[in-house]
Parts: sequence; structure tokens; C-alpha cells
Amino acid sequence: MQIYLPIAEVSVNAFLLLGLGGMVGILSGMFGVGGGFLMTPLLFFIGIPPAVAVATEANQIVASSFSGVLAHFRRRTVDIKMGLVLQAGGLVGAALGVLVFNYLKAMGQVDLLVKLCYVVFLGVVGGLMFIESLNAIRKSKKAGGAPAARRQRSWIHALPLKMRFRTSGLYISVIPPVMVGICVGILAAIMGVGGGFIMVPAMIYILGMPTKVVIGTSLFQIITVTAFTTMLHATTNYTVDIVLAVLLLIGGVIGAQIGTRIGVYMKAEQLRILLALMVLIVCGKLALDLLLTPSELFSLGAGGGH
Amino acid sequence: MRRLLIAALIFALPVQAAEEEVVLGLSQDRVAITADFDGSEILIFGAVKRETPIPDTEPLEVIVTVSGPDHPVLVRRKERKLGIWVNVDAVLVDSAPSFYVVATSAPFDQVLTDIEDLRYRVSIERAIRSVGAAMHIRGAQEFADAVVRVRANEQLYAVRENTVAVDQQTLFRTAIDMPANLTEGDYTARIFLTRSGKVVSSYETTIDVRKVGLERFLFTMSREQPFLYGLMSLAIAIAAGWGASAAFRLLRNN
Repeated sequence: MQIYLPIAEVSVNAFLLLGLGGMVGILSGMFGVGGGFLMTPLLFFIGIPPAVAVATEANQIVASSFSGVLAHFRRRTVDIKMGLVLQAGGLVGAALGVLVFNYLKAMGQVDLLVKLCYVVFLGVVGGLMFIESLNAIRKSKKAGGAPAARRQRSWIHALPLKMRFRTSGLYISVIPPVMVGICVGILAAIMGVGGGFIMVPAMIYILGMPTKVVIGTSLFQIITVTAFTTMLHATTNYTVDIVLAVLLLIGGVIGAQIGTRIGVYMKAEQLRILLALMVLIVCGKLALDLLLTPSELFSLGAGGGH
Repeated sequence: MRRLLIAALIFALPVQAAEEEVVLGLSQDRVAITADFDGSEILIFGAVKRETPIPDTEPLEVIVTVSGPDHPVLVRRKERKLGIWVNVDAVLVDSAPSFYVVATSAPFDQVLTDIEDLRYRVSIERAIRSVGAAMHIRGAQEFADAVVRVRANEQLYAVRENTVAVDQQTLFRTAIDMPANLTEGDYTARIFLTRSGKVVSSYETTIDVRKVGLERFLFTMSREQPFLYGLMSLAIAIAAGWGASAAFRLLRNN
């Protein structure tokens, strides 16, 4: 069934969109990532104009994250206090990110820089997670499942403005979470994603939060940041396609529910290694696009606007 | 203004002198883009009206063109820099139609001479205007060619030779396929009658391509009330997220 998207001005198969939404939704629920880093390139691939894909994806992430976070709320795996601190940073970061984005746009190299951002961040984050999870699995097999000591005292514990985060079992300064929120917000706005794939490792490795709490909390934070981004895109660029969003989110919310259930039955290390693999695959694909000779050296854009 | 006037004169002259005139019919003069729009086919047909007997020179040939609204297009070219492919330069093509199809009753070089093509801008290459193309960039023509190539791959530009049927040098008809990825606007259909490569008569009419119904409503709202539109998008997203969560809980409890 073909459907014409009013803002994107292209006609696409409705079931293809439902399927894509569902697939990405499952991953979103399993790993606590919005799935934007996967969905946005997929939308480019099926012929949605990039500006519309990025803006609409932000709206879809709101839906799948909301659906996912409700399930986590019920299981009490959301650290609301930590989430609010991260959100405060995230909103500041997103606003800064939009400024940076517009500056890059004026220089005419925004596509390249967005892609390079993807390759660098996905590569580093995916690589680190993969190695770490592999080591964790090997260790737990050898030592008969004795958990490795995670929390060492480091510079993070020496900072002022300490706050107690009961759900995470942490007593740390608010400065690192706010900084993480700002950094992720900037990247999220530039790359047009929720930022979960950076947020999740940052929470685990920098803040030292337990993996089970990390997923719910990152979903909680993503909702606010992507809702803010959606409004920015809708009011300044008019690129949010509501029909596209509805089709993606019908698939997405159902997928997210299934994904959350699957996530409960998997071990944290297995979840992390799967997420690392996913991130590395997307990174590899984007890197190949930059390295291989493209079949068409020319690209068309709207004149005057850029 | 002067250029317009000259263009008008060029168009007007041969029509005045024509002994053969086009009488045109269209299967539809408007295309409505609805939610399930999946492309459209427009039948363009007509007859040649003449007071005098059919001239026994070269046979009559017919060219039909349909073009979408003109827009400037920024064409970027990639080059390998430090191992990765980077946009290195860009040329602004002043005006290129969003959609362009040429249908002819015989091979293109037989139905129209280059000079007449230049005058009436019939072929795809002539329909694209790039007067301001920066000359300092190597091969500015390559950029204009790229527009044609990229749009032809997207089925937006096409030359269909031998697809106009002409009967008895009097009746003609052709079908033009409009793809699903159409943009809105006033499309122009032009019909040229030619003999020995010269245009003897031409006719122009407009096909209205518009979004209707829900498509129209959403598009207008997104432009005129963007804040409300954004809030509506978010409300739908949150409602869908909550709905799915609640539905799954019900399913599991039963």
C-alpha cells in the first residue's frame, strides 16, 4: 500500500515503514537507545529527504522512548533524580547543538561533518563497549560469575556539589551528570538522534551507574531532549512529517514493548555486546560510504536555501 | 522585461503565421495528490485544424512536453580528499524544472532542428538554464549534465521518442506518466507541430498539481501554525507510546 507523505513529498510503502519502525523499536526497547542512529540512515536509504528524516525521527523517538520508559517505571528501573539532572544538561546542550549545526550549515559541509561525527563516535563507543563486554564475559566464565569491582574512587568523587542518587546507589557530584547531559545534547542535535548510544556507555563508564538502571534512565532523558528537538524543527524548518512519524511510531511502540520484554531475559553483558556489534555495523557502513568511490559524484540540493 | 518581450514575440510570430493549429484535449487538467497518491497517467490528445489541404512536403510530426515548476538547484561535486569523499565545489543552476518529459512522434533529431530547439527550449538540456554558472569551476557544463542524470534516475526527467501516435497527419495522442514523487505546482503542457524540423504551430496549457484533503490540511498547518503542529506531533507520539504500553500490559495480564 503506497502512501504519499505530505511534508516529505514522496510516496512510500506503508508496510515498509511499519516494518522499519517495528525493527528499530525492538532494538530501542532492548538496549535503551532511541534507535535514531539506525533509523535516520535507513530513512535516507528509502528516499526520504534528509532534513525531513532527521526531524521526523526525533518525533518518533519520543513515542518509542515513552512507551519503553513506562515499562521501566513499573519495574522501578528509572533513576528519576539522575534523569532530571541529565535533562537539565541535555536541554542546554541541544540548544547549543542547534547553534553549532547552523554554523556548520553556513560553511556548506554539514553532511560530511555529521557523517564523520557518526563514524568517530559510533566507532569509539562501539569498540570500547565490545572489548569491555567481551572481557566481562570471559572473566565471569573463568571466575565462576564473581562480579568485577566496578566502582573505584576517582577524580569524579573529588568534585563538590554532591548529591545522593538512591536508585543508582550513588553519592556523587552533580557536575559530571550535567556535563554528560550537555555533551550528549550537543551531539544529539548535530547528529539528529536521541543520543542513547553515547548516553548509555557514558552512564556506565563515567558515572558508574548499574546497567539495569541505565536503560530506563536514558530513555527518560531522551524523551525530553527529543521532544525539544522536534519542536525546534517543526517551528523553524517545517520538516516534521506527521504521517511518516505516525507510521514509524505504530511499528516503533509495539517493537519497543517486545524489546523491553526480551531485554529482561538477557544478561547485561550479552545486551552490551549486542549493542556494541550493532553500533559497529552502522559505523562500518557509514565509513565505507565515505571511503568508497560513490556511484554518483554529484548531488542536488535546493538552491538559495543553503 | 525586455527579455520577456522578446520571448513573447518569438512565441507569437510563428503562431500568427500558422496554417495548421492544435486543438487539444487532456484526460485531466488537474492532478490531486491524495494520501494514497501513487503516480498518475495523463492522456494528451488532439487534432490539427487547418483551412488548407495537407501540405505534401515532409510529414507532420508532433512533440509533447510536460514540465513541472522551475526552481534553482545547487549542484555539489565530490572529490577524494585525504582518502574520503568530500563536497569540493558547488554550482547554482539558475532554473531547472522539477519534472520534465518530452514525447515525440519520431526520433528527436528528426522532428526538431537544433536552432528550433534553442528557440523553443524543448529538449531537456535546453529546459535547464545555468547562465550564472561560475566559469572558474572546471567544466560547469558537467554540473548541468548531472542535474539531468540524477533526475532521470529518479524518473523525473525523460525523453520518450516515438511515443506520440499521429494518424493521417491530423489526430495525435500520447500518455504521460507522472511519478509518485511529484511536487506541487502549475505544470505546463506544450504541444509543437513540426515539419522538416521546423515548428509550424505550438500550444500551451496548464495542468494543476495540488495536494488535497488530509495532505492539504497537514501541509498548510505545518506552515501556518508550526507551534501547534509540533505540539500535535508530540501529543500523538506520547499517546501512541502510552497506548502501546497499556495494551501490552492488558495482553500480558489476560
